[in-house]
Amino acid sequence: MQLNRDDLKEAYRRMCLIREFEDKVHDEFAAGNIPGFVHLYAGEEASAVGVCMHLEDRDAIASTHRGHGHCIAKGCDAEGMMSEIYGKKDGLCGGKGGSMHIADLSKGMLGANGIVGGGPPLICGAALTAKTLKTGGVAIAFLGDGASNQGTTLESYNLAKIWNLPAIFVVEDNGYAESTASAWSVAGTQTKRAEGFGMPGVEVDGHDFFAVWEVAREAIERARNGEGPSLIHVKLNRYYGHFEGDAITYKGEGEIDKIKATKDCLNLFKQRVVETSLLESDELSEIEGSVKSYIDQCAATAMSGSTPTEADLMTDVYLKY
Amino acid sequence: MSGNIEPILMPKWGLAMEEGMLVEWQVEEGDAIEKGQEIADIETTKITNAFESPLTGQLRRFVTMDGETVPVGFLLAVCAAEDVDDAEIDGFVRDFKDNFVLDEAAAGAAEPETVEIEPGQSIRYMAIGSDDSEPILFVHGFGGGFDNWMLNQEALSEDFRTYAIDLPGHGGSTKQVGDGELATLTDMLHSFMSVMKIERAHLVGHSMGGGIALDLATRYPSQVASLSLIAPVGFGPDINMEYIDGFITQTRARKLRAVIELLVDDPTGISPDMIEEIIKYKRLDGVGPALELLRDKIMPSGQQAAELKDRLEDLVAPTQIIWGRNDRIIPASHADGLPDRFKIQIYDDTGHMPHMERANEVNALISAIAKS
Amino acid sequence: MSVKSYRQALNEAIYQEMERDERVVVMGEDIAGGMGAPGEDDAWGGVLGVTKGLMPKFGRDRVLDTPISESAFIGCAAGAAATGLRPVAELMFVDFMGVCFDQIFNQAAKFRYMFGGKAVTPLVIRTMYGAGFRAASQHSQCLYPLFTHIPGLKVALPSNAYEAKGLMTQAIRDDDPVVIFEHKAMYDEEMEVPDEAYGIPFGEANVTREGDDVTLVAFGRMVNLANDAADSLKASGITCTVVDPRTTSPLDTETILETVSETGRLVVIDEAHPRCNMATDVSALVSQEIFSDLKAPVKMVTAPHCPVPFSPALEDLYIPSTAKIEAAVREVLGKGH
Repeated sequence: MQLNRDDLKEAYRRMCLIREFEDKVHDEFAAGNIPGFVHLYAGEEASAVGVCMHLEDRDAIASTHRGHGHCIAKGCDAEGMMSEIYGKKDGLCGGKGGSMHIADLSKGMLGANGIVGGGPPLICGAALTAKTLKTGGVAIAFLGDGASNQGTTLESYNLAKIWNLPAIFVVEDNGYAESTASAWSVAGTQTKRAEGFGMPGVEVDGHDFFAVWEVAREAIERARNGEGPSLIHVKLNRYYGHFEGDAITYKGEGEIDKIKATKDCLNLFKQRVVETSLLESDELSEIEGSVKSYIDQCAATAMSGSTPTEADLMTDVYLKY
Repeated sequence: MSGNIEPILMPKWGLAMEEGMLVEWQVEEGDAIEKGQEIADIETTKITNAFESPLTGQLRRFVTMDGETVPVGFLLAVCAAEDVDDAEIDGFVRDFKDNFVLDEAAAGAAEPETVEIEPGQSIRYMAIGSDDSEPILFVHGFGGGFDNWMLNQEALSEDFRTYAIDLPGHGGSTKQVGDGELATLTDMLHSFMSVMKIERAHLVGHSMGGGIALDLATRYPSQVASLSLIAPVGFGPDINMEYIDGFITQTRARKLRAVIELLVDDPTGISPDMIEEIIKYKRLDGVGPALELLRDKIMPSGQQAAELKDRLEDLVAPTQIIWGRNDRIIPASHADGLPDRFKIQIYDDTGHMPHMERANEVNALISAIAKS
Repeated sequence: MSVKSYRQALNEAIYQEMERDERVVVMGEDIAGGMGAPGEDDAWGGVLGVTKGLMPKFGRDRVLDTPISESAFIGCAAGAAATGLRPVAELMFVDFMGVCFDQIFNQAAKFRYMFGGKAVTPLVIRTMYGAGFRAASQHSQCLYPLFTHIPGLKVALPSNAYEAKGLMTQAIRDDDPVVIFEHKAMYDEEMEVPDEAYGIPFGEANVTREGDDVTLVAFGRMVNLANDAADSLKASGITCTVVDPRTTSPLDTETILETVSETGRLVVIDEAHPRCNMATDVSALVSQEIFSDLKAPVKMVTAPHCPVPFSPALEDLYIPSTAKIEAAVREVLGKGH
């Protein structure tokens, strides 16, 4: 399986969409237009897109509190997402979920999740559905280095392995669980943990879209072939704080700037495809331009959207009560 | 056991009855009583009803007193001639109590059975009485079941082989009612007769079951020996849809009770258990759609679809029509103007269920026409 | 119709629904039993045998033995429900919710609301509850009030075998997450139960006794104690209405209010601890809605505010009894009773 020109353009478009989306949310949050709290994915785009480029609607993903990138990579409507983050009625979840609970089950997006370690058991369930109903689908849990220490996650590795589920655990290790360094909080290594459960585990540079894409391809292929679960340890960096408003006092001096300058996933992607003449620089610029204006429009729509009313408060608790 | 001492035992009214309460004796010790005379009121978990004496003689001793609850088959009273002395009666009662065994045989319990009329389509029925006797086939109405004949079947089984069925869509029978037309139910009833090798029977049909019985009698005249129609459908357009719709839609006991009370003139005899059984029946898979289909076909847009009155002309079997004057489901006026050759019996102070509300009298009528 | 135990009734409901709908799967610890072991297959059929026989009929793909890993498999059941299966997961003892509650109340219960009405989560969690087994503090609790508290969950407490089959069938057919509480002391209790499949609608209370003097609202196994108390009090000329709400969520407030209005007196019987339980909930409902209809203060008969003790001598004191219910009824009736 190879990436053709259209695939590459689509991958770049999705990564740009995530970056633009998150930058916009960052600005709008700072301007006081967004309620609650948000966790931004900027800097980590190659992971979500590198994995989700292999997926179809029949495949499921579960995400984290830092979920905007996974949603966009899995094909959720960015305008609906933006409206959701603004708490508007036209939001993807009617304004009832917000940033931490964006979901679109029709796209196989099982939800961002406010509970660290909430997703892996759910993904075992989605994988069980695929296996039982023989849909051919796979299910992928994105989780952070923080969630990797939750019992739910380790239990899910075990269950996925003994039931031979088409499940993949993508540990996105951005170095920090909130303010706590993963270098300190994680005993052993992620890949050794996978090994302990008898499943393939591989570490990959999460700034490199192509590297992520390749290891995801292998893991997904194994899962589709009935060869059980895998773990991918993606090492990457987030550009913003744990949540918006985080002063990031725990990171080292110039740490983020250095990453941005040397390992930004969008830049790396651009260099690679232009140097190898897979895409023209103009084509990429055109994508950047159209994404920017689209995100501006999403924010404008979200800003002017109507808010839910009292009539919406008690709906959707149950199908029937 | 002395030949001239005879027991009167707690009757069994319907499958579920295991015991009954003697509410009140209607006669005194020492009275001469006649077979068929109402001698006591008996309350079961389902119904309160007059108990009619199974024998003629002198009632010498009450054994079960007012307000007492005893098992089916237990001694209620003793009849004996004048010349039997009290000591002998004491001995009889003592022996009875010593030897009384609470078991199904003592209670005369019959269990309902099922038979397939088509592959995958079974009919539940209760058969009581000797195989050698002429058959009576009881057909209940909309929402009913074989147990509707609890006060009739046992009594008539002395002289007849009695069958009471659950119609398709009802009780323990298949919930498949085909296209839901009355004639389809008739076909299914006829299939039951064929499978059971009932060549000819006395048909007793109530309400919707009356329409089915009449339909069967005109289509298969040689197979019907007599016809007793109780508040049958098919004699006019009127039907109380408040009852029909309420029966289908009400799921709660109290609300359903108000609907079921429309069936009878005096609702005090309807017990919570009876209501509970109807609710349990309605919960079974397939019952709701079956009842709705029957309603839509047999009483579309609030009126009866079947016009069977004209068919009476063609009937060869002796036929009687029984109605309660205060029927609130199908008015008794539907029996007006019927040809003289039919026996028409209208009971005062009676609702849609004469076979329950006037069980003894209706039993006598059925017995009489079947024996004529 | 045939005589079935509470256990058989539950088994039959699951069996019939698995036959009817291939999306129904069951999972849990030892749900078949003997998985991977050299001995018998279907060795246990659940720790108390409720699911015995399902695995031989439906196979390992639909009857899934799990490791002792409640967080993973309860969460797995939630995820499977959201993606197209209809899982029936067994949380062996409700006390074990402590290790998987997140998956129930933060995940399954909230999908529909958080996702703006777009999620359907037809999940059933079967769980064993209640005291009387000398099983001590971590295997005897009721805890249904905790689940009742959570919007998005439905909670059912079948009080006998007939109810068990109907409520289990309804739970499996329901498209919302349902937690069904099976009282461990009732598995062998028998009664007539239809052979055919049937559901009992949620939120419709069952009035098991009708009387004039006092209304008893009781939950789960306590319904049977309330019935016994009502039958026994009849001899003293006291007649009680007994209400079995069947489900604590949704709760049939209409029947509770109607029957309490009629008698003017209420005794609520709840095997759960007394603070924030169903008894306090019903008491609050009645005092808020129909205070002026009350002829006497509401009385609650509950377990005490202590963990379930082990010693039989203590556990017997802990569980509400018929005698305590009768005493409460006499108390609300006042002097002379």
